[in-house]
Amino acid sequence: MDIAEIHRRLRERLGNIVSPELEVKDWSLCDVKPQSIAEVCTILRDEPESAFDCLSNLSAVDRKSADTIEVYYHLFSYQHGHRLTLRAATPRPDPILPTVSHIWPIADWLEREAFDLMGVRFTGHPDLRRILMPEDWVGHPLRKDFVEPEEYHGISTRRESLLKL
Amino acid sequence: MNADAIDLDVRRETSRGLETEEMTLNMGPQHPSTHGVLRFVVKADGEVMRRAIPDIGYLHRSIEKIAEKVGYHGFMPYTDRVDYVSAMQCNQGWAMACEKLAGIEVPRKGEYCRVIACEFGRLASHLLSVGATGMDIGAVTPFTHAIREREYINDILEELCGARLTFNYMRIGGCAWDLPPGFVGRAVKFLDRFEPLIDEYNELISFNKIYVERLANVAVVSREMAIAWNLVGPNLRGSGVKYDVRKDAPYSVYPEFEFDVPVGTGERGTLGDSYDRYMVRMREMEESCKILRQALAGVPEGPVVAKVARMFKPPAGEVYVRVEASRGDMGWFVVSDGSAFPYRVHIRTGSFAAMAIIEELSKGLMIADLVAVIATLDIVAPEVDR
Amino acid sequence: MSLINSVPENLVTAKLDEVLNWTRKSSVWYMLFGLACCAIEMMQTGGPRSDLDRFGAVPRATPRVSDLIIVSGTLTLKMALRTKLLYEQMPDPKYVISMGSCANCGGLFQLAYSVCDGVDKVIPVDVYVPGCPPRPEALTEGLLKLQDKIQQERWLVRAPRAADTAAA
Repeated sequence: MDIAEIHRRLRERLGNIVSPELEVKDWSLCDVKPQSIAEVCTILRDEPESAFDCLSNLSAVDRKSADTIEVYYHLFSYQHGHRLTLRAATPRPDPILPTVSHIWPIADWLEREAFDLMGVRFTGHPDLRRILMPEDWVGHPLRKDFVEPEEYHGISTRRESLLKL
Repeated sequence: MNADAIDLDVRRETSRGLETEEMTLNMGPQHPSTHGVLRFVVKADGEVMRRAIPDIGYLHRSIEKIAEKVGYHGFMPYTDRVDYVSAMQCNQGWAMACEKLAGIEVPRKGEYCRVIACEFGRLASHLLSVGATGMDIGAVTPFTHAIREREYINDILEELCGARLTFNYMRIGGCAWDLPPGFVGRAVKFLDRFEPLIDEYNELISFNKIYVERLANVAVVSREMAIAWNLVGPNLRGSGVKYDVRKDAPYSVYPEFEFDVPVGTGERGTLGDSYDRYMVRMREMEESCKILRQALAGVPEGPVVAKVARMFKPPAGEVYVRVEASRGDMGWFVVSDGSAFPYRVHIRTGSFAAMAIIEELSKGLMIADLVAVIATLDIVAPEVDR
Repeated sequence: MSLINSVPENLVTAKLDEVLNWTRKSSVWYMLFGLACCAIEMMQTGGPRSDLDRFGAVPRATPRVSDLIIVSGTLTLKMALRTKLLYEQMPDPKYVISMGSCANCGGLFQLAYSVCDGVDKVIPVDVYVPGCPPRPEALTEGLLKLQDKIQQERWLVRAPRAADTAAA
């Protein structure tokens, strides 16, 4: 069974939650409604024909001009070799998605990273706190409108240009 | 620093009327292990751990954000720092992602140079990993052997690109420099010297009784657990899953070479224990030597780099490319908006998942085993933090 | 009664100082503080080819028994606070070698939001070794320069007190 067939069956089962277009390429891409991402992922993992047992990547992209934050889920199946990308677009002022950490345990840390660096909140996550930045950091660094703070705990982040004589 | 996730110490009565208390210890971020700045908050009952909670981010150098500032060509030196122990494969990952975005084809000689550089990098990385495993367990001498061999590999790679550690050798569309004259001869001479030494290392440590006792049956990772936690590379193959991106989703000129993919077999303990992961790395070094010999024997003529515009502007879109780095498949997710600067770069590395699984694996292990587990999972801090 | 700064300067004390400094510079024990890529080069420098042990420099795991801290690698803001703590845990006299561009000035990560631009923002540095990463020969030269610095120090000789210089 190929990816187009999996996509067709998913649409049959879930209807408009999955977008009708499937961009067919190396890691074929389709859009999913953000509130139902956990449902879609559970089906994709548990169905024997798709058997996506591995979440290869979870990335958040800040689309400032479209006022959304898109989260890409790259799914991979070791059994069949299938590759699929799901894209969930959430509104930028308040990005919330259901967690998939009960489906693939690695999503725990990947979602924490997306929260830390991009500010996406995942409902149902067991322990959503910062992972890469210090605990008392303010702001989400990978956003396009992030402004670096002047200093951190007394250490100044400003440096004179080394090109000045 | 943060006490929210950590519950208070628990006092417990033993059968003989003694009271024991659970301790909360701090390990790191400065510690004598060579894996970089990692921190664990260990809740231990005597010598046995209840949980080891990892705390990362001490080497978070915002490499992904810098990509948005320096442009496609300018990002190549930063990719070395994503995994400095085996920097060539990171270069290749970035170059491949950009080439896929823009549809550039790399000339054959460039691909051969890439394979030679990457396999030498894999040898160097596995040597350091094996040496560091020995050192963490207490056997300090193999580390000096490994460092000695790494010096020879550093010499060869320095001939190729001028640097010993952070190479910046590849460019979008190929490699920066051609193989210098006489390189093939010197590289083959090194391989002739190095291959029998692998047997020497095996005699020194791999089949040593103490070494086996320290590693066998420690931190067993089952096949399903390895896949669910997205372990990759030797960690995954040590648990019995025969998957290698070079064979199963091949890229570059790897289909032209014959090599085997070693898988853990539970030879000294259970399948998926630390010893399996360690032996997979030893065997992978032998396979890398095989690939190198074939590549060095068959280097074609021609240019090493395709013509790529200085202002590299790939069409808008996104791409996800995986390369088989020394620590497993490294996923490069690049989003382009059509301008000369990447819109978003995300690097999904093998050590990130390995660090995540440690909390799960640490239940019931001894504190000394924690160090062995970190070593055999081959975690390096820059891959975890980027 | 302490011997330090207690003796007026003369030939004997100058020679004693030299011998004292020679013993101290020949056994500079450094703390394993490898942060990033430079740490690998520091390990290679301690390896068989270019050996740091022949200068008496052996790596120690804890700051309590080390004289020297070689800050090798990028210092992030999260790590900078811990670095200050580690430096304060080292006993006097202590020295700092800042190895590599990242520790000197932030290196190629000056554009980063989470990197401290140079370790001299948190602790005082004695020797700066440039390079990215510095070759083992460069780090060895840095250590030799530090040894020269140690050799110049004066311990037994009475340092001029503020009152004396004001009166003179």
